[in-house]
Amino acid sequence: MSPRIAAFLSGLGLPDLPAGASIDGWTAAMPEAALQDMGLDREQLAAHLHLLLQAESAEPAAERAAIHTLTVEGGHGKDGHAEHDALVLSAGEIVCIVGPTGSGKSRLLADVECLAQGDTPSGRRILLNGALPTPDQRFAPDCKLVAQLSQNMNFVVDLTVGVFLDMHAACRQIDPNSGVTGRIIAIANSLAGERFGPDVSLTQLSGGQARALMIADAALLSESPIVLIDEIENAGINRRDALDLLVSEDKIVLVSTHDPLLALLGNRRVIISHGRIADVITTSEAEKAVLIQLEDLDAAMLAVRERLRRGERIEDTIVWAHHSPRERLHVR
Amino acid sequence: MRLVTVAGPPSVGKTSLFIKVAARLRDDGAHVGVVKFDALSTTDDAAYAALGLPVRVGLSGGLCPDHYFVSNIDDCVAWGHGNGLDVLIIETAGLCNRCSPHIKGVLAICVVDNLAGIHTPRKIGPMLRLADVVAITKGDIVSQAEREVFAYNVRLANPRAPVVWCNGITGQGAMDLAFRIDAAPRIDTLEHHHLRFSMPSAVCSYCVGETAIGETYQRGNVRKMSFEDCQ
Repeated sequence: MSPRIAAFLSGLGLPDLPAGASIDGWTAAMPEAALQDMGLDREQLAAHLHLLLQAESAEPAAERAAIHTLTVEGGHGKDGHAEHDALVLSAGEIVCIVGPTGSGKSRLLADVECLAQGDTPSGRRILLNGALPTPDQRFAPDCKLVAQLSQNMNFVVDLTVGVFLDMHAACRQIDPNSGVTGRIIAIANSLAGERFGPDVSLTQLSGGQARALMIADAALLSESPIVLIDEIENAGINRRDALDLLVSEDKIVLVSTHDPLLALLGNRRVIISHGRIADVITTSEAEKAVLIQLEDLDAAMLAVRERLRRGERIEDTIVWAHHSPRERLHVR
Repeated sequence: MRLVTVAGPPSVGKTSLFIKVAARLRDDGAHVGVVKFDALSTTDDAAYAALGLPVRVGLSGGLCPDHYFVSNIDDCVAWGHGNGLDVLIIETAGLCNRCSPHIKGVLAICVVDNLAGIHTPRKIGPMLRLADVVAITKGDIVSQAEREVFAYNVRLANPRAPVVWCNGITGQGAMDLAFRIDAAPRIDTLEHHHLRFSMPSAVCSYCVGETAIGETYQRGNVRKMSFEDCQ
C-alpha cells in the first residue's frame, strides 16, 4: 500500500498492512504483547503510520526544492571588516573558493551547509531564491538542500555498488527498473577511468572510483540542488567532466580548492582572505585559454604516470603545448 | 528550569556534541548543569566540568541503566533547582537499543551516528522512535549517498522528529540544538510524570543474582526461543 509503511513494518519483522485494511483497524487489532515488543503503544503506532502515509502523499521533492539562486550576505571577516556585496549564485553555475589555508574557505562552505542566519562566527545570512529559508528547508531530513563531497568521505557500508544504489533509489521513491543504477555506474566509469561493475563491494572501490561514484550519485540520485565540494584535487577523476555533469543537472556547485585546474573551471571564483570574501573574479577568456594549456600539461603528466605504471623508461622530451593560449582557444 | 533528556547508543558522540551545546547555552547567558548517567565508569564529567559547569555522575553498576535513570531523575531535577540552574542536560547511557528514557512533556533528543550502518535506525526502539529531535553525527566521514539512506531510515523510524546534522568536533548543529533547548518546557518536578513508553523489563531469577544455567534455574518472567522448525 505504501512503500514507507512496508519498509517500517519490515524493520519490525512484520508483514505489510493487508490490502484494504485501515491503519486504525489494523492497530486496534494488534495484540498487546506485539506492541510491547515493538516499543510503541497503540496510539503511538497509529500516529506513526499516519505520518508515514502523509509523507508519501506530500509534494514531490523537486517542486518543493526548486532553488534558482543562493545569496550569501551580511558577513564579516575575522577582523570585523564587513563583506561589501552580496554574493548571488545561480542554478547551473560553478563557483570556486580560493584562499590560503586557514583563510576561511571551509567556513563559507559550512555557512552554506547549515543555511546560516547570522548565527555563525562570520555573521553571514544565506537566502534561497532571495528569501529567508523556511524551517522545513533547514530541518527536513529527506529533502536536504545541500549535498557534500569531500576528500574525507568514504563509503563505509558493506554492500555491493548495485544493491546500495538500488536502496538509495528506493529512498527517493524511484522505480528500481528505471535503469538509474546502471546509468550512475556508467557515468562513474567514464569519470574514473578504472572500470567497475555493480557486483563489486563499495568498500573495495579505489579512491578515484569512490569519488567518481559519489559525484555520479550526487548528480543523478541526490535531490539536493546545491553541491559543496571540498578539496577533491587528487581524486584521480576527470574534473571537467565531473563538474559539467553536476551543472547539467542545474545544480549550484561550490568548489573549495587549491587546484588551478578546478579553480579556473569555475564561472567565477571567490577570494577569501582573513575570513571574509575579499573579491569575486569572473574567469576571463584569457584565463580559459590558460586553463586549456594547463589541461594539456595535466594530460602530459598523466600520460607519464601511465607509462611509469606500465614499467616504461621516461627519457624522451615531454611535449605538451603547441600553440599560444589564444590560438588554442580558437582551435577548441 | 528547562530540562532535556539526551539518549543514544554508546560511542555515537553524545558527550562531544553536548559539550558544544552546553558551551553555546552558557555563552548565551544560561546557567547550565549536566547529569551524566553511565554503567560502570565515566570520565565524561571532567569534560563538562572543564567548561566550569556543575556536573553530577550516576553509575548504574549492576542495574539496568534505564531503570537506574528513572529512579533518580527527579532527584536530578531537585539538584538542578537547588543549584539555580536555567538548563539541566541529562545524558543517559543507551546500551541495549530498547532503552526508553524519554518522559512525556520533557524535551527528548536522540543521538545516532552515520557510522553505525544504514539499517541501525530500524533496530533502535522507543529511544529513537519517540524522540522529539534526532541528532545525526559523524556525517563528515561517510558518503552523501549513505547519509541520505540513513536519514531516510531515521525518518521511517521517527516521522515526527526534525533531524539536525551534527558534528561534535566542529560544533555543527550545536546552535540548533541549543535553540531547541531554549524553547523546551520548564519543569519544576517530575513527580507523577510518565515515561513515553515502558522500559525493557525482565523480572527473573537472573535479575536477582542467579548465575547457574539450566531450565531449573529459570524463574519468573522467562521467554523461550522457538526452534520447532529445526527438529
